[in-house]
Amino acid sequence: MLLIRCPYCEEERPELEFRNAGEAHIARSANMAGESDDDFEKFFFIRSNPKGIIYERWRHIHGCARFFNAVRDTVTDKFVMTYKAGEPKPSKLPKNSNEMASK
Amino acid sequence: MSGAFRIPRAGRLSQAKTARFSFDGQSYTGIEGDTLASALLANGVHLVGRSFKYHRPRGFLSAGAEEPNALVEVKRDDARKAPNIRATVQELYDGLVAQSQNRWPSLAFDVGAVNDIASPLFSAGFYYKTFMWPKAAWKSLYEPKIRAAAGLGVSPDKPDPDHYSSRYAHCDVLVLGGGAAGITAALAAAETGARVILADEQAGFGGSLRFESGARIDGQDGYAWAQAAIAKLKAMDNVRVLSRTTAFGYYAQNFVGLVERVSDHLQNPGHDLPRERLWQVRAKRVVLATGSIERHMVFADNDRPGIMLASAARIFLNHYGVAVGKNVGVYTANDSAYSAAIDLKKAGVNIAAIVDLRDHPTGPVIDEARALGIEVNFGRAVIRAGGKLRVTSMTVQPKNGGGERTIPVDAILMSAGWTPSVHLFSQSRGKVAFNDETKRFVPGIYAQDCVSVGACNGTDGLSASIDEAYAAGVKAAKDAGAKTAKGTKPKVDASESWSRGMLGAAPGAGPDKTVKAFVDFQNDVTAKDIRQAVHEGMRSIEHVKRFTTNGMATDQGKTSNMHGLAIAAETLGKPIPEVGLTTFRAPYTPVTFGAIVSHSRGPLFDPTRKTAIHPWAEAQGAVFEDVGQWKRAWYFPKAGEDMHKAVDRECVAVRSKAGLFDASTLGKIEVVGPDAARFMELLYTNPWEKLEPGRCRYGIMLREDGFIYDDGVVGRLAPDRFHVTTTTGGAPRVMNHMEDYLQTEFPHLNVWLTSITEQWAVIAVQGPKSRDIIAPLVEGIDMSDEALPHMSVREGKICGVPTRLFRMSFTGERGFEVNVPADYGQAVWEALWAEGQKHGATAYGTEAMHVLRAEKGYIIVGQDTDGTVTPNDAGLDWAVGKKKTDFVGIRGLTRPDLVAKGRKQLVGLKTKDPKVVLEEGAQIVADPKQAIPMKMIGHVTSSYWSENCGRSIALGLVAGGRDRMGETLYVPMPNGVIEVEVTGMVFFDETGGRLNG
Repeated sequence: MLLIRCPYCEEERPELEFRNAGEAHIARSANMAGESDDDFEKFFFIRSNPKGIIYERWRHIHGCARFFNAVRDTVTDKFVMTYKAGEPKPSKLPKNSNEMASK
Repeated sequence: MSGAFRIPRAGRLSQAKTARFSFDGQSYTGIEGDTLASALLANGVHLVGRSFKYHRPRGFLSAGAEEPNALVEVKRDDARKAPNIRATVQELYDGLVAQSQNRWPSLAFDVGAVNDIASPLFSAGFYYKTFMWPKAAWKSLYEPKIRAAAGLGVSPDKPDPDHYSSRYAHCDVLVLGGGAAGITAALAAAETGARVILADEQAGFGGSLRFESGARIDGQDGYAWAQAAIAKLKAMDNVRVLSRTTAFGYYAQNFVGLVERVSDHLQNPGHDLPRERLWQVRAKRVVLATGSIERHMVFADNDRPGIMLASAARIFLNHYGVAVGKNVGVYTANDSAYSAAIDLKKAGVNIAAIVDLRDHPTGPVIDEARALGIEVNFGRAVIRAGGKLRVTSMTVQPKNGGGERTIPVDAILMSAGWTPSVHLFSQSRGKVAFNDETKRFVPGIYAQDCVSVGACNGTDGLSASIDEAYAAGVKAAKDAGAKTAKGTKPKVDASESWSRGMLGAAPGAGPDKTVKAFVDFQNDVTAKDIRQAVHEGMRSIEHVKRFTTNGMATDQGKTSNMHGLAIAAETLGKPIPEVGLTTFRAPYTPVTFGAIVSHSRGPLFDPTRKTAIHPWAEAQGAVFEDVGQWKRAWYFPKAGEDMHKAVDRECVAVRSKAGLFDASTLGKIEVVGPDAARFMELLYTNPWEKLEPGRCRYGIMLREDGFIYDDGVVGRLAPDRFHVTTTTGGAPRVMNHMEDYLQTEFPHLNVWLTSITEQWAVIAVQGPKSRDIIAPLVEGIDMSDEALPHMSVREGKICGVPTRLFRMSFTGERGFEVNVPADYGQAVWEALWAEGQKHGATAYGTEAMHVLRAEKGYIIVGQDTDGTVTPNDAGLDWAVGKKKTDFVGIRGLTRPDLVAKGRKQLVGLKTKDPKVVLEEGAQIVADPKQAIPMKMIGHVTSSYWSENCGRSIALGLVAGGRDRMGETLYVPMPNGVIEVEVTGMVFFDETGGRLNG
């Protein structure tokens, strides 16, 4: 079970309290009705599914109930960082103290 | 006396405390502290099981958790009989009843052993190749027969009466393994004040100190030192010591699953003790001290009872005081077996000979063996074992060929070397590295905050292990935030040391193709099978494993993986690291479902939600149905009524007089704030800004893709306050959907969302007499049609308590839904019921509710829609605001596929024979005479007998359905084809006049 830091509660809590909510930073168009078929396809259906760093949304559903964003490595499942909804996608990631290190 | 093979003054058990037990109906006596294995061996019993595939007689290979052979059933009663219990792990208690498995009619004479003679038929890949045709026979014939013939124990067929418990725990340092290294690491960490948990799978602590007679630490015998250290740890407040506790899984972020066997070793556990306890531990640092496991030698017939690991024989002797034979042979490729021979010799057991595959080994143990007069042979191999139900001889030959010599023995001790137990390290996603010099995989790259110490880290010798463990314990505590250490490192005065050995098949394993030299005892995999897998084209060890099933039994290849890998590598002509090691997965040893499920069974499996009116319905004899977690009254049968009769009566009563229905489970969300209407505009397809306070509207919620997500009636209580209802099952996901948009897409809107499902009990009063029933109890609300028309809501009082009174209908009759605070739910219901009795009202359940709404063509989201249905498909286009510029799903609705012709549309279906009721889910075709597979053009979504219509009615999704009005379609069923006519969706009161009736 993962430990996830809720940026609103400012605490690491067990995964049981959270629910994943899909990829982050996919903004809904302000002119939704005017979107082209291609743009709508990109917005609604296409996801990056990377091997490595993913930006994704989580909800602290059994805690403060807030949605927030997280950066996670899909290879190790490790969280690099979490930040509040609405904050920009971080341009630089902090160096992960738990990174795979040779003994 | 507790067995003829018990050696006086050997071992650590008190001879005074005997325990009687039975195995296969025969009574024996053992000693308290025995395992079932040591107690049987003390009585000279080696034959305890039959193998999985060939039904070969099997004895004990080991004295611990790695045991592949000695699996038995331990039975307390009919419900509590546990199959596949390792006799080497099961502790003895007085009255224990065990029996062997996978044999018929008896262990000594097993008919299934014909598989052994016919074994050329059963080579690797046999099942894949043989039982391919005809395909249908696999399920009906081959699989059941194979499963009956090959297999392990039989699971009990009664519910498990034991209870299981589970706990979460947090600590600074979790030490896994309670041998010399683990104890040292725990001491070092604990002395800093860090919170420490130490766990070991055995009943007692000490690990290999249980058999290493040569170890001395801090001036005491090694085992005695371990017991003193454990006593010290147990006395510390910051330490939890868990015995009989196996760490079975190592998960992300140092989350480790352990299972504690609490009462399997007790004669009368009593009801206050759980059988097992699951520990879910989150540790800041983990110290792995899991030791190593001895490997067997791979030679012909190396599975005969009486042939076992040298260390196992040493444990049986030095801990349990049991000799595994009277005339024992030894076959080894490393030093450790010599120590076993020496200990047995000193205890008075004859050692027939030591056969050492090495050419010129030297060392103190070899000198000591010679000095004791033991015959030692170098450069020779045991090429075959004699005997069947028990080993009787070993045949020895120079390893490069030459004359054979057969030596009579009644047991053979083997040692091919030691395999570090890297299972948990590997589970932590660490990468193992192959040490070419010592020919073993050891921890390489770490993925988590853990460290391996001692034998599992490939560290040889007690002194080096304790140095490493002490430093690791101090560092782990410090890294977890503890202060500096105050303790002192244990001092090793004397120790044993060995390393190396061999991997793969010894000369006695072939090349003769009829030889059975076992690599994996539990799955009956031989050296020949692995060679064959390579010859048949398997190149990766993962493929070899799956083809041969090597290492795939419940012992997960603890003794077999390295041998199998080495044989595959040799056959491929590649170095071992290039062939690769298979991945270790949880669980380390089998875990019961009971431990995993713990308390979550029976009524605690899932929460049960009951409405405020539930007790009344129960007292009336209602039959309930599960709707999600809710219990809902399904129908209210009167004496002599079956479900159909009750539902027919309820349906007729609602339309002729009135009915009361408990609608409390309806999801309810209050949307409040200055921007509430704007928010509703965005979340629902309908227009809301102009809805007047006091009025209601049927709302449809879509996902962005344009498909119906939920629906419900929404009442506007005030300009800034909406009372939203959702489907019973949809409430949580609708709330989540709303919160998601409010928090992330529309955070500029000043709106608050509150779930009020449980706050309001809802009583639907429907039917021509509904107003007459409610009116006398209401205060402050004008109940006239002018003041309170259909689809309106008022706040006031009923029976003196606050109410939100909705005038709305899910039956097509004049109807009301009375919302009252849940605490008053039953009281108000009873008052309405009493009033209703004056007007002939009845209580109706969810089944009648479904029939009544279907008569009116009202849809149920999730039944008549399935996540691919648009408002237009469902005939609900009128509910989509045409002038709106945005709402969730607006763009999805115009996707090419959603506006294409020929989409499935919801229509009514009337069977040509009005008595025939269609089956929900049945497929619909246009031409019943077409060839199979037929083209299906739709399916039935709702279908009922309608007493009010005097015929069956149904709704269905049919391609181009609204253009097919009056067409005849067909529903092919197993008993014949049913003709149906496509109709409109409203079957009763098409004009809707009864809403004001």
